Amino acid sequence: MSQLPMIAIEHLDVHFGSSHVVRDISFSVAAGETFGLVGESGSGKSTVLRTIAGLNPGWDGRMAVAGQNLGPRRDRAFFRRVQMVFQDPYGSLHPRQTVDRILAEPLEVHGIADAEARIARALEEVALPHTARFRYPHQLSGGQRQRVAIARALIADPSVLLLDEPTSALDVSVQAEVLNLLSDLREARQLTCILVSHNLAVIAHLCERLAVMQGGRIVEILSEAELRAGRAKHSHTQDLIALSYELEG
Amino acid sequence: MSATTRREWLLSDTPASRAQARWGRRYQLWLAFRRNWLAVAGLLIVVAMLLLAIFAPLLATHDPGAQQLANRLQPPSAAHWFGTDELGRDSWSRLLYGGRVTLGMVVAVVILVAPLGLVVGCVAGYAGGLLDKVLMRVTDVFLAFPRLILALAFVAAMKPGVESAVVAIALTAWPPYARLARAETLTIRNTDYIAAVRMTGASHWRVIWKHVTPMCMPSLTVRVTLDMSSIILTAAGLGFLGLGAQPPIPEWGTMIATARRFILEQWWVPVIPGIAIFTASLAFNLLGDGLRDVLDPKQR
Repeated sequence: MSQLPMIAIEHLDVHFGSSHVVRDISFSVAAGETFGLVGESGSGKSTVLRTIAGLNPGWDGRMAVAGQNLGPRRDRAFFRRVQMVFQDPYGSLHPRQTVDRILAEPLEVHGIADAEARIARALEEVALPHTARFRYPHQLSGGQRQRVAIARALIADPSVLLLDEPTSALDVSVQAEVLNLLSDLREARQLTCILVSHNLAVIAHLCERLAVMQGGRIVEILSEAELRAGRAKHSHTQDLIALSYELEG
Repeated sequence: MSATTRREWLLSDTPASRAQARWGRRYQLWLAFRRNWLAVAGLLIVVAMLLLAIFAPLLATHDPGAQQLANRLQPPSAAHWFGTDELGRDSWSRLLYGGRVTLGMVVAVVILVAPLGLVVGCVAGYAGGLLDKVLMRVTDVFLAFPRLILALAFVAAMKPGVESAVVAIALTAWPPYARLARAETLTIRNTDYIAAVRMTGASHWRVIWKHVTPMCMPSLTVRVTLDMSSIILTAAGLGFLGLGAQPPIPEWGTMIATARRFILEQWWVPVIPGIAIFTASLAFNLLGDGLRDVLDPKQR
């Protein structure tokens, strides 16, 4: 692809105090592409995502979104463009706020008018009933909560969506629904996504390319076709593939 | 709207408006609170005492300052329900007006202290780093002062009176709230829902004010209610030592102090304001205990 990549990460290092969590990571994601980050827990994949989102201060290297370099502080325009869906829908919604209030917050911050209609449309888009609008998170199921979180991420029309294991806290039956919803929304809105997961099947389902991480490093970047054809070169990738076959039986 | 449909409207699982959701949640809390009859009793007593204090001019049978030296130290009777004090003033009327001063001091202290503690604690907890260290060391310094002694020194430095007593108590009462709010904020600041709010691009003030403080409010409310009794006692203690309300203003602590000479012969004179202090403190404690059962996030 000749055009400028939507997300470019070069030589990213992340430190938490004295521990070096992410080491010299580089990758880029084209506009409209979905890029997967896969690895065992503790491999640093979620940290990469949170660092891009501006939630981790201690990093160096170069990160750019839509051609603009990211500094230590993100401005409001950045958050208009980049949004994130968190792993645990039980922890990512404010327990004292109704769905309506949660969805209204990004609109208020960005000064977007027409909140009523936008909230109604956002609920429709993630297939939540209107009756859910004034409920509190504890009155919703896990799958419904994650739909609220997705609606919140999309309500200010971002172009980049960061997905941090969006289905791993959900029941298996609900996982497929949420994955299909994400897949549909990505098509409809031309989103650029980075998906973090420990599940190769989920990654293969949604991503065109993926990076395999181990111990804070990317050990291999390959396309989904290469993955399916079994052309993974690194031994850790092959281990992960073997493991996912084993789990699926 | 009849009673049953209003109940259904409040308890609806699918509220149709912001107001319905909010009132529904409050109603749920009230239902939980109502199950604890001791707490309800505490609430009723607190409300009754506040009403008595507010409507003191209407309820008092005598002028609280009017002296009748021929009529001093009378036992309770039809003319003087709670008897008279050493200057022949009506104890019932003085008790009502004293409630205005004592409870008014408590309310004033809480209004000064709770927001200050909340802001200091939330800002320190959320900001972390140097600001946290500075704010918390200041809090520690205030926390290290013996409460009554600092209040004493402060009142002595200023002119004794209700206002300086309020400021003195407030000065020593805010650090525990700051500590509490900070502890709550520390558990909240790294949650995903606050990260999600930060990802909307909201300013730090907005995050603290709209999203962090509401989570600190329940435990702070409980703590304030439980502390009411000790604020009453400190206010009365300052009054007893002559550093709070000045005569002839009636104040429960001052009333005990001036009447303590008669505790053996005319015991009702100092005992009646003592019972008022005791009842108010107990009622606030019961109320606070009930609120904790309902509001404490760790129990829900």
